[in-house]
Amino acid sequence: MSAGAQGEKMDIGRDVQLKLLEKMIFVRVVEEAIAAHYSAAEMRCPTHLSIGQEGPAAAAGLSLRSSDFVVSTHRGHAHYLACGGDVKAMIAELYGKEAGCARGRGGSMHLVDCKVGFMGTTAIVGNSIPIGLGLAKSIQLNGSDAVACVFIGDAAVETGVFFESANFAATAKLPVLFVCENNGYSVYTSMRPRQPEGRRISKMAESIGLTSSCGDGNDAEMSLRLISEAVNSIRQGRGPQFVELQTYRWREHCGPNYDDTLGYRPKSEVEHWLARDPIRLLSDRLSSDAGSVEHLEQYRQRVTLYVSQAFEEARAAPFPNGEEAYVDEYARISNFRA
Amino acid sequence: MTQMTFAEAINDAMHVALSADPKLIAFGLGICDPKAIFGTTSGLQEAFGADRVFDIPVSENALTGLAVGAALGGYKAVMVHQRFDFALVSIDQIVNSAAKWFYMFGGTNPVPIVIRVVVGRGWGQGPTHSQALHGWFAHVPGLKVVLPSNPRDAKGLLLESIRDPNPVIFVEHRWLHNSIGDVPSGDFAVPLETAKVVREGSDVTLVATSLMTVEARRAAAILAQYGVSCEVIDLHTVRPIDWSTIVKSVSKTGRIVALDIAQKTMSVAGEIVAGVCERCFAVLKSAPVRVCLPDHAVPTSAGLTKHFYPGTQDVVDTVANLFDIQPPLVPEATTPSDVPGDWFRGPF
Repeated sequence: MSAGAQGEKMDIGRDVQLKLLEKMIFVRVVEEAIAAHYSAAEMRCPTHLSIGQEGPAAAAGLSLRSSDFVVSTHRGHAHYLACGGDVKAMIAELYGKEAGCARGRGGSMHLVDCKVGFMGTTAIVGNSIPIGLGLAKSIQLNGSDAVACVFIGDAAVETGVFFESANFAATAKLPVLFVCENNGYSVYTSMRPRQPEGRRISKMAESIGLTSSCGDGNDAEMSLRLISEAVNSIRQGRGPQFVELQTYRWREHCGPNYDDTLGYRPKSEVEHWLARDPIRLLSDRLSSDAGSVEHLEQYRQRVTLYVSQAFEEARAAPFPNGEEAYVDEYARISNFRA
Repeated sequence: MTQMTFAEAINDAMHVALSADPKLIAFGLGICDPKAIFGTTSGLQEAFGADRVFDIPVSENALTGLAVGAALGGYKAVMVHQRFDFALVSIDQIVNSAAKWFYMFGGTNPVPIVIRVVVGRGWGQGPTHSQALHGWFAHVPGLKVVLPSNPRDAKGLLLESIRDPNPVIFVEHRWLHNSIGDVPSGDFAVPLETAKVVREGSDVTLVATSLMTVEARRAAAILAQYGVSCEVIDLHTVRPIDWSTIVKSVSKTGRIVALDIAQKTMSVAGEIVAGVCERCFAVLKSAPVRVCLPDHAVPTSAGLTKHFYPGTQDVVDTVANLFDIQPPLVPEATTPSDVPGDWFRGPF
């Protein structure tokens, strides 16, 4: 559990700080564009935004290679984008178009881009955990130093399949990394009725046999240190790792709006986290460097333009042919990748 | 061609498949223990190593997901459950992952896995060790559901299930494990999705699965002596169903009896009857009939199961009733109720 303390002493350098910021800004721009367009009712699928919790995704995106594997959850946009997923294919998927990454069959909760090892997000809490385990098993059989990264939230550790998977990952020493974004809520339900008071998720994971660490997910630098250390440990054959990163969802559980009028989160808590915007926390560290500020502003303008193009293309793109609903119940031998 | 038991044929298929494909893995609870899943997994770990053939913790849901993930990573997997009932704890991964993945992600990533399950019966297997739930899984698009009824088909269908790029639920009836038959050596295929006419006849079509194919054939042999000619179809695969073979037969005979190893309500037998009515109602000379288990949980005591399972006599009675003839009595020796034969001494 010394990873965090150790990591804090390291200097990750300005270039890496900028890369982290770029990834977080990219995710933020996409997510805000989705929120802005959602009320037009053209993206007709349940959509879970990651605004406010971009830190862990950016950190993992910088730590992983395209030869690694990633699986994620219903709240998976940030992971897909930070790990190199094609934003145009993602937006087209939200619009239900043929050009979507799942050809309109999956929507926001089923993102996939195998070219970069992003193998899928699924819509049942805990469901993709053992999928990541199997990808890790394939890596182990291949004998490579790749990593299978499984993004989960704080509620996923309440599922039976998490305990099963953590136990087997530790038993079989699988090259799997669990990144747990702890945003404190399962839909509208706080931790109180769900997990024992005072028990840290990472401590529990450690007790099952996963080498674990815990840190501030809104501190993207700290997130990067913890995740990249865990990834390196796996590459060196030291078995499964678990990183818990505390963060916060700004908007409603599902949808584009703010939902704090519902009163399920204490006002002081919301204000505390809104004041800890992961993008601002890191960019403040670079504010004295005019070159960096300029670079980030130009980057933001560039991706904003690119993302708006992605929306225009997605809206203009054709829906799949209606007959497409009735094909592909089964794969054929020819569907196998070489 | 070699004479072997159904269980030996399964074991033979596993050896053939694992040596043919270095990217095939196999695992399950007890797969490497001294009993080796009724002998069906004997010698596999010794031959193919602990990386590819391995025992697992009692974590069936995670390990089913592992099979899916390994498939996405380029491997094929065979997972084994000693009872169908045990697979129920993995239903999220079977239904929400394995069955959906190929379609849900745009038809790009196939999931070639086989989940072997064993249906128990007799010797007090009772409510939770004897369920035949193939009908549940046959309801789910994306799955294939296969039920062999003899050693040759067991091997050929298992080899073909492993070759298939889709998730296959492979259902073995415990009472068939010691049945003996001729089995081709080496690799061969019995095609999935193709029902087989195992006895030709002209008066009535008996559509059966798994152990009920055995009962249907016994009944057909007896009924032939009384002038009733039964055509017997072994379905092999209950998702998807080979309708053309069924419709062709019913168009010839004009009568359909559907037999299943499961409870009647919502059964595969019900689907067969419904499908026949939709496709060729006009040729029917009498109302379709089903021979299934009663709509109750399976009891444990041999005293309670004695008349619980439909056997040869029930099939004979049902068919005789269609032709309004006095049903002949089936010799008791051919209608076991608690054990399939002297070889079975429990415990499961």
